[in-house]
Amino acid sequence: MTQATQTKTSTFTPTFTSLVSKEGGKEYPLKAMNICEETFAPLEVAYDYDAIRSRVSRESIQAGPNSIWRYRAFLPVASENPIDVGTGMTPLVKSHRLARRLGLKNLYIKNDAVNMPTLSFKDRVVSVALTRAKELGFSTVSCASTGNLANSTAAIAAYAGLDCCVFIPADLEAGKILGTLIYNPTVMAVKGNYDQVNRLCSEVGNTYGWGFVNINLRPYYSEGSKTLGFEVAEQLGWKLPDHIVAPLASGSLFTKIYKGFQEFVKVGLVQDKNVRFSGAQAEGCSPIATAFKEGRDFVTPVKPNTIAKSIAIGNPADGIYALEVARKTGGNIESVNDAEIVDGIKLLAETEGIFTETAGGTTIAVLQKLVAAGKIDPEETTVVYITGNGLKTQEAVQGYIGEPLIIEPKLDSFERALERSRTLERLEWQQVLV
Amino acid sequence: MAVKVLVPTPLQKYTNNQATIECTGGNVSQLIDELEKNFPGIKDRLCDEEGKPRRFLNFYVNSEDIRFLQGTETTLADGDEVSIVPAVAGG
Repeated sequence: MTQATQTKTSTFTPTFTSLVSKEGGKEYPLKAMNICEETFAPLEVAYDYDAIRSRVSRESIQAGPNSIWRYRAFLPVASENPIDVGTGMTPLVKSHRLARRLGLKNLYIKNDAVNMPTLSFKDRVVSVALTRAKELGFSTVSCASTGNLANSTAAIAAYAGLDCCVFIPADLEAGKILGTLIYNPTVMAVKGNYDQVNRLCSEVGNTYGWGFVNINLRPYYSEGSKTLGFEVAEQLGWKLPDHIVAPLASGSLFTKIYKGFQEFVKVGLVQDKNVRFSGAQAEGCSPIATAFKEGRDFVTPVKPNTIAKSIAIGNPADGIYALEVARKTGGNIESVNDAEIVDGIKLLAETEGIFTETAGGTTIAVLQKLVAAGKIDPEETTVVYITGNGLKTQEAVQGYIGEPLIIEPKLDSFERALERSRTLERLEWQQVLV
Repeated sequence: MAVKVLVPTPLQKYTNNQATIECTGGNVSQLIDELEKNFPGIKDRLCDEEGKPRRFLNFYVNSEDIRFLQGTETTLADGDEVSIVPAVAGG
């Protein structure tokens, strides 16, 4: 039987050249590996920026496709046909009502709660990782996930026809587990927290010959997050913002948005400018925020205890690099408690019509805190990154939102209920005034 | 007194490609010195210039990160399991 789709011979000349250690700069070949064998530091993909500069322009990017692959010259893949499931090019919404509430004049929301196909920014990194996994000859892909990554890896593996085995903490939100199982991967629900899942995956990583997107494929995978920087720059009319606020889990997303902006400057697509980088953590898991406040250049691990499970990484791999970015750009790293996270989710929903998950609630609450502390200039062009969808973490807001008014299918039943709800609303107003 | 040590792939070239080795030591620090005696060169990979465990390596005693215990002073007993795991993963 012949295959329906044949992999075409590549005519695309790759722009990525090697893997380089972030400590010491030792170079490695473009294989499935994530750490320097001497220092154990992370490996980073290096590119030939002259080649990129000669190949891309604003026009060539605008010519499409309408996905992250419009930036393929900046991504570490060699195939002519990368896995394109419409990931990326999510809305950058100019905020009016939230901005007014916070007293900001130029606030934008990068809405990856509607990223495709699984409603979180993880589809970006997974599209890159699985394309690379196929290039490197893997037939099974895997990951250590707090939920969103498992959804994305399972979905895109299904599309790409790859076998998939994902590892998650056993106590994840129901929506995140169901949203993985539906694609029929093997799901290992580990009795432990994410850091324990991660450690287990690091131990099994090399034994089974699997492509772990965030372990042995991590250098390629993490590059996908740069597209969150590229898109914002393009959507702002080829300009960098003044300030960004993003959630911090491992710290990878944060540092890659920074790298994305730097690369656009390097190849002449945007003008250089100091963009301040501020990070958001949940108080119940805030090792990076604590190190920032204490002026430390190392991150002491913690044991997570927060509703913001998607960002509950107690031992963040890129924590020190996130600290470095926040400090050198003049940003801040703040944390908020679980109640503030729920309020953050509700505030974004009620003012902008965007239902985000706990990570987004954390980010909005931190944005609010930074504004209150005078750490965001009202005139600044500020971009807040919303990276996940609220339908996946319904447990977090259950009991904190209203309930439907159950009525008979009769006009008077409706009128009575409406009157009642208006009275309740008035009472709420009065409470606010008092 | 024997302790089981799980060695990550990049370090197995020092341990004759063994993923698990038996070693001795009253605490983690002594264990590292003992490993060096058996597998010369391994301590330089495990520890930085100041002799402290490298920041991109995690050490676990019976599945607990030693930073939640007494660090390299964490005592070891017969039958304990020490895992050395590269820290850069996940997220």
